[in-house]
Amino acid sequence: MVERLRSRKLHFFGDNISTDLIIPGKYKFRTTKAEDLAPHAMEGADPQFSAKAGDGDFIIAEENFGCGSSREQAPLALKGLGIKAIIAKSFARIFFRNAINLGLIVIESREIVENTKKGDVLVIDVKEGYVENVQEKRRFIIEPLPRFLSEIIEAGGVTAYYKTRGKLPWQTSSPE
Amino acid sequence: MGQTLVEKLFSKAVKREVKAGEFVVADIDYTMAHDGTAPLAIEAFQEFGAKTVWDREKIILVIDHIAPSAVESVSALHKMMRAFAAKHRIKLYDVGSGVCHQLMVEEGYVQPGSIIVGADSHTCTYGALGAFATGIGSTDAAAVFLSGKLWFRIPETLRVELSGVLPRRVGAKDVILYLIGQIGAAGATYKSVEFVGPVVQDMGVEGRLTMCNMAVEMGAKNGVIAADSKTRTFLGLGQSTAGAEVQGDADAAYASNLAFDISTLPPQVACPSMVDNVKPVSEVGDIAVDQVFLGSCTNGRISDLRTAAHLLRGKRVHRRVRALVIPASRSIYLHALAEGLIEIFVKAGCTVCNPGCGPCCGTHQGILAPGEVCASTSNRNFVGRMGCAEADIYLVSPATAAVSALTGRITDPRGS
Repeated sequence: MVERLRSRKLHFFGDNISTDLIIPGKYKFRTTKAEDLAPHAMEGADPQFSAKAGDGDFIIAEENFGCGSSREQAPLALKGLGIKAIIAKSFARIFFRNAINLGLIVIESREIVENTKKGDVLVIDVKEGYVENVQEKRRFIIEPLPRFLSEIIEAGGVTAYYKTRGKLPWQTSSPE
Repeated sequence: MGQTLVEKLFSKAVKREVKAGEFVVADIDYTMAHDGTAPLAIEAFQEFGAKTVWDREKIILVIDHIAPSAVESVSALHKMMRAFAAKHRIKLYDVGSGVCHQLMVEEGYVQPGSIIVGADSHTCTYGALGAFATGIGSTDAAAVFLSGKLWFRIPETLRVELSGVLPRRVGAKDVILYLIGQIGAAGATYKSVEFVGPVVQDMGVEGRLTMCNMAVEMGAKNGVIAADSKTRTFLGLGQSTAGAEVQGDADAAYASNLAFDISTLPPQVACPSMVDNVKPVSEVGDIAVDQVFLGSCTNGRISDLRTAAHLLRGKRVHRRVRALVIPASRSIYLHALAEGLIEIFVKAGCTVCNPGCGPCCGTHQGILAPGEVCASTSNRNFVGRMGCAEADIYLVSPATAAVSALTGRITDPRGS
């Protein structure tokens, strides 16, 4: 994973974007392939989303992003579309964990969401622990995740981590 | 200082005293995945390159979300699950067995003190038996298939004390809907919600399962109720001889303590399209319904079917209404048959479908059309939940569902 990640385009969403909106029931359980899920990503919230979004985009959302079902098809559909990071005021916990497990960057920050507008370009530097709004020339410090979780994201997800190191992340660097 | 119930459960699991905020790696007693989540978990497991699972007897697979399959692509995923189960000699509950959460409870996989993770958000149901149980995604499930362990952050506890006596025609579902309305859809995010007080003690285990089932609808990591003599009777266990059951201590550090007297609580409904958009049924106005669903991991148990059958006996559902009744498991179905409940439903004009998730998850059986309204005893009313983004879902109790099926409108059951 590149340490500095620059947004191509930002997409804004409101409160309580449920996993039913991220990947509607009629598609979610028919396939396990990210490329088959991606054309339907966020269809419940914005039917045109997959046409607008692309590789390197970020999602900016309000409260409780990813609430509802534990379906990992939700973050997988977003990943399949090329979404690289989601910044929200708050996340539902299962979605947050699933996103990290797939290597997606998830950042919980009220401050960033409140100070980001359409057309802005954001740069995320996970290593240094900040998000920069390029136009505004403003840096927001982000609270670091526990080390073993950052390592999952850096590896590109739990399965990628396991394949290179032969151990699960919490077996190599103890979270305790 | 004392410990919360969830701190005690984890302290026992990791064999040292832990408190909220700590990260731990705990041994898992059982893990479960269903046809919506198992295929991705199996693929992740195969991607690990692992040859064998950690313990074939502690992994449970269930086909309930699209059962029987409605399309070829799903049939292929079911086939893949069956092949994985056969290869690793894992127990798989196939089409018609029932909803995963009911099976986990009914088949004795959940015991007081168990640590259980399931690849479904409503895994939190099992907290009703004094266990720690939470929903996980498919990759985490695959990691458990591989190692039998998972990492957790011990959650802070929101303690909810319920006093008073449940009024007539008001049940566990009304209580939990009311609490979700009060606490909010994200009001308990990352937390453990512990239910205590006389209402919980008086409530049967089935009602407690309904309450804990919907803890996730407030964002909670788990819902939990200390085991007691009712839990032990339900599980066919001997009564505790050690005296006190494991409970949260009064002097533990709680993130917050909430108290409600529910003696005057009216029947509740969660209106479209958020679980916390909750009102008394008497305040929703005149809402015509096209479909009524009685069932799901929330309200598909025998006590729920009895409540509804009592109200439907000798009557006919409204001619506009499609009333779907789905027992949560084969065993409940057989009980309902033996008690004559199924005959009551069929004679009333209901459609009784095979045990499973039914229309709750919008994948098959009873998908709504644009503009339609469903009164459902299930647990989510999000846009698109029942397969159509332009349909409205109202979440209600079994009593409200039954009476609404008769009148064709969302109706307060206290008048029946």
